Amino acid sequence: MGDSITNENSVISLKGVNKWYGNFQALKDINLEINSKEKIVICGPSGSGKSTLIRCLNRLEAHQEGQIHVTGIELHNRMKDIDTVRQDIGMVFQSFNLFPHLTALENCMAGPNWVKGVDEKEAKERAMALLKQVKIPEQADKYPEQLSGGQQQRVAIARSLCMQPKVMLFDEPTSALDPEMVSEVLDTMVELAKSGMTMICVTHEMGFAKQVADRIIFMDEGEIVEQNTPEEFFNNPQNDRTKAFLNQILS
Amino acid sequence: MFVDTVIEDKVLHKPVFLLYLSLTVLAIFFAFNFTNTIFGEFLSPVIGNPEESGFFGRLTVSFVLTILFVGNLLLISFARLKIQILIVWVELFFLFLAFAYSFGLEIAYIFENDFICSTESARKKLCTPSKIGLMVSKGLFTTIYISAVSIAIATVIAIFGAIAKLSNNGFAYAIASFYTSLFRGLPLLLQIYLIYMGLPQLGFMIDAIPSGIAALSLCYGAYMTEIFRAGIQSIPKGQWEASRALGFKFRLILQKIILPQSIPIIVPPTGNQFIAMLKDSSLVSVLGIWEIMFLAKKLGAKDFNHLEMLLTAAMIYWGLTIVLEMIQARIERKYQQKT
Repeated sequence: MGDSITNENSVISLKGVNKWYGNFQALKDINLEINSKEKIVICGPSGSGKSTLIRCLNRLEAHQEGQIHVTGIELHNRMKDIDTVRQDIGMVFQSFNLFPHLTALENCMAGPNWVKGVDEKEAKERAMALLKQVKIPEQADKYPEQLSGGQQQRVAIARSLCMQPKVMLFDEPTSALDPEMVSEVLDTMVELAKSGMTMICVTHEMGFAKQVADRIIFMDEGEIVEQNTPEEFFNNPQNDRTKAFLNQILS
Repeated sequence: MFVDTVIEDKVLHKPVFLLYLSLTVLAIFFAFNFTNTIFGEFLSPVIGNPEESGFFGRLTVSFVLTILFVGNLLLISFARLKIQILIVWVELFFLFLAFAYSFGLEIAYIFENDFICSTESARKKLCTPSKIGLMVSKGLFTTIYISAVSIAIATVIAIFGAIAKLSNNGFAYAIASFYTSLFRGLPLLLQIYLIYMGLPQLGFMIDAIPSGIAALSLCYGAYMTEIFRAGIQSIPKGQWEASRALGFKFRLILQKIILPQSIPIIVPPTGNQFIAMLKDSSLVSVLGIWEIMFLAKKLGAKDFNHLEMLLTAAMIYWGLTIVLEMIQARIERKYQQKT
């Protein structure tokens, strides 16, 4: 009966998920429960499957075996309402992927206005409010290429938040940024975390992980090797692979 | 193109190069022998009767032409870039005119009254009673009309063709790829005949102008399908992913995200297609449509003044394509500013 109690609070659940690219197994038997308002950081060496895992959560990638439930709905290849599910899951990409032909404000208005049927005036107000929240209201009328990388990523975060998602996915949000711009994006994410958003972040920013994460998941070769609270994870890693990774990344 | 910041010496200003250039040009002028042309006549005070001037005359004429040619190059090389371009354009244009002039044409013929028109004009009060007037009022109008309608239809075909070629639907892909293969694979002239003569066999009586338009739009729709497909494919995958992640549906993504971004990529090659189509519309003259080419042939053939009318048609086509090029450049500039 313990299961049903956790399930009630669970936003995302993965059971025995396997995924292959041809002969290469990218995800191996992933089991994971993520509760509402939880902050998860996923780390691991490159090619360990962390991006693949996070992209399976809004089905930008398909898994071949096992079950993924998001907000109670199972993701599978014949589902009809994937677009509605995706409206509840915000995603921030490594390469920002802003729409270059739209201004920052229009980028943020697009989702609510075009798919949620919010009228233009309200969409604009909501977009402006979120651009204020990410601290760039003055850039609202600029096109993405006129913005710095950090500003673009913050617009991208605001664009996702405009859809009022239940979960936010971050796929290495600071990896493409110049070093001096990393902190402005991380600050935005920290504030978002404080507001109680459920967040799943693939990142190498260990400072951010320590500060924000409820749980750190370490992946290697497509499997979850270890998961723990930040304190235990950094001070008392159990697995040899985790130790090796931490040695590399913290030295 | 990237222009380097280091300026090299102009090759024209190197004496050795100038010498070799002059010798080469002299040899060419000498080989082609301009003694019996207007140049020889012009120099007759020096060389006497051109016909009898022999080797000396031929060499003198070539020498003078070489001095003119190389001196002209040298002078132009000192001008500013824009002036250089203008002067070279004007000179080449005059050379072209001189080439046309050398045919010994009867220019007045173009402006003469035409009997095709005078008999027809009784019924249709459309045309002006001169050949050039008829070419413009009837021919130019028909050419523009046919091209404009065909371009519009071809664009619509191309959008759907491109989407079909990119889709996972077997029927759509098969139909689209068969279509592009067929219409890119057959000569346009053949397509025009096939449509005009083939459709009536199926029981559809079709007039010359609609069949001309059908052939042009189907043919150019096939070329433009490939351009549109490439344009759509050139948009980074991340744009699709970001749109999908926001919960956009396929049609919305295409309409609001992908197509607006591919327009700047599509415009230059599409402009080329428009220009090519405008000229290829001359092929529908075989159906007896009164467009520029047909009228040029018809009006010139009567008195065997073919070249006069063909040159008139050439000038009209050239003028039209220049207008189209200007429109294309303006559209390109507009989209460059926006992104």
